[in-house]
Amino acid sequence: MSAFDDLYQEIIMDHYRSPRGKANLDHVPQAMAHENPTCGDTIKLELTVGDSGRVERVRFDGKGCAISTASASLMTETLQGLSVSEARERADTFIKALRGDIPASVLDSLGDLAAFKGLASFPVRVKCATLAWHAALVSLPGSQKS
Amino acid sequence: MGGTHAAESRGILNPLGHAGYRGAPNAAGYRGAPNAAGYRGAMVGSRSVEDVRADFPILDRTVNGRPLAYLDNAATSQKPRPVLDAIRVYYEHGNANVHRALHTLGEEATAAYEEARGKVQRLVNARSSREVVFTRGTTEAINLVASAWADSALQAGDVVLVTEMEHHSNLVPWQLACARRGAILKHVPITAEGTLDLPGIEGSWDPRTRLVAVTYVSNVLGTINDVKAIAAFAHARGALVLVDAAQAVAHLRVDVQDLGCDFLALSGHKMYGPMGIGALYGRESLLEAMPPWMGGGEMIRSVSLESSTWNDLPWKFEAGTPNVEGAVGLSAAIDYLHTLGLPAVRRWEEELASYARGRLAEVSGITLYGGAARGTVTPAAGVFPFTLGAIHAHDVAQFLDREGIAVRAGHHCAQPLARRLGVPATVRASLAFYNSFFEIDRLADALEAARRFYE
Repeated sequence: MSAFDDLYQEIIMDHYRSPRGKANLDHVPQAMAHENPTCGDTIKLELTVGDSGRVERVRFDGKGCAISTASASLMTETLQGLSVSEARERADTFIKALRGDIPASVLDSLGDLAAFKGLASFPVRVKCATLAWHAALVSLPGSQKS
Repeated sequence: MGGTHAAESRGILNPLGHAGYRGAPNAAGYRGAPNAAGYRGAMVGSRSVEDVRADFPILDRTVNGRPLAYLDNAATSQKPRPVLDAIRVYYEHGNANVHRALHTLGEEATAAYEEARGKVQRLVNARSSREVVFTRGTTEAINLVASAWADSALQAGDVVLVTEMEHHSNLVPWQLACARRGAILKHVPITAEGTLDLPGIEGSWDPRTRLVAVTYVSNVLGTINDVKAIAAFAHARGALVLVDAAQAVAHLRVDVQDLGCDFLALSGHKMYGPMGIGALYGRESLLEAMPPWMGGGEMIRSVSLESSTWNDLPWKFEAGTPNVEGAVGLSAAIDYLHTLGLPAVRRWEEELASYARGRLAEVSGITLYGGAARGTVTPAAGVFPFTLGAIHAHDVAQFLDREGIAVRAGHHCAQPLARRLGVPATVRASLAFYNSFFEIDRLADALEAARRFYE
């Protein structure tokens, strides 16, 4: 499999073509949007935590590339039902794995997120894939806007 | 030169035999191209394009199993063998520090460095080599003016006028300078066709305008601005003009006396020379009046512990050991361009651009930005910014890379222009004289394939 095919594998293309958790978030102020400085793409995120302290629902809005869209889509599914600390840890692990701070093999145990292992060959695209996750880290309760 | 053999060995004349190349043409050959090979008969002056391509070793390589189609020339150009050889020969035979050593190598290095300055002087038709300051590139050349000129001549309340199509390198230095000096930065809007016109400049004109900073050729749109008319307009109102010629020098004859500009900035790497070398042309009287902007060796005449006096032009602005290797490479690049002949280069690039305009316009779902790319504005450089349906520019570029085609995607260091165009990111294909009809066909075919892949 070529590096390209490894990157744009079926699961990523599926989430790109039919993104989960994508919604119109016009009510979220533009100032809350997160920007990828390399391409100017922005993403808005709405993350609700229930009384149980677990992530109830994650929705995103914004136009992005296949990688950022698929990553945001997968993230909305991944974070749902996790406790705030679990969600933070998951986002942290994902970002670190893509940045190469920890071995990408940790993604193997994270279900569909393993599809992003192919990104290691495309360092320029790491920002695309982590954009939504950075937004989530900031949106989780108890975060300080970085 | 065995150009044909070199081309055959890298499969350019035999694209059909290249296994796995999708979008391979049918038996009828390439649409619109003069023949099946894609460029037989195409000439840069007296040399065939195949032959010229053989001067550029990098064009031999493959990317992801396909022959490289390098269509990112506005970002940087590739380097011909004479440039690579000149740099190697310099280090193998002539390396020494300049302007100091009394030994043979030092004298030779100094001579080579100053000879390069003379070549730049003649390239832009400056009156004297004292008007040519070597810099790291266009960005540093503009920063030199935005520092040395602005800090000595720009007063609080003065206006610097830029345009909406400037590269960040001709915008951010002026933002910094205006902030330091309490001056005001204003901009000229572009027209709907992506051009600058005199009514637009007149409309943005402020009587306090001291300097107009404008690009000769837009790195995003390929628009070629009438900087001569802009300079005449500004001078009639007492303002100076700085021209960013980074995208111009490889494609057009640039004549500072004819243009009437006061400053002009250029980069070696966009004109087939090495990275890290460029030049500032400055009117001598202006450069004389400007203080140095960096201190160090070379730029001084005499130094005491308390104070110093400055060297003559242009060395006053060249602190520290210069990039002699870069100057020698740039010198060879200028010779190379002269040997090909800039008019011949321009003729072939216009033919290529016209073919690209036609082929790209046929791609389903494509949106070309600006009149230069669409063919409604002339003159135009071979720069094509576009989007493909709803597919993100990064995805398009990544797909093209799989096909061995190098383009740029993003805001192209011109975010205000991207905002004006209403698209955060576009794909940009930009041409050089070593490109072929065949490469443009590959681009158009790959774009059709990308659309099928993503949609």
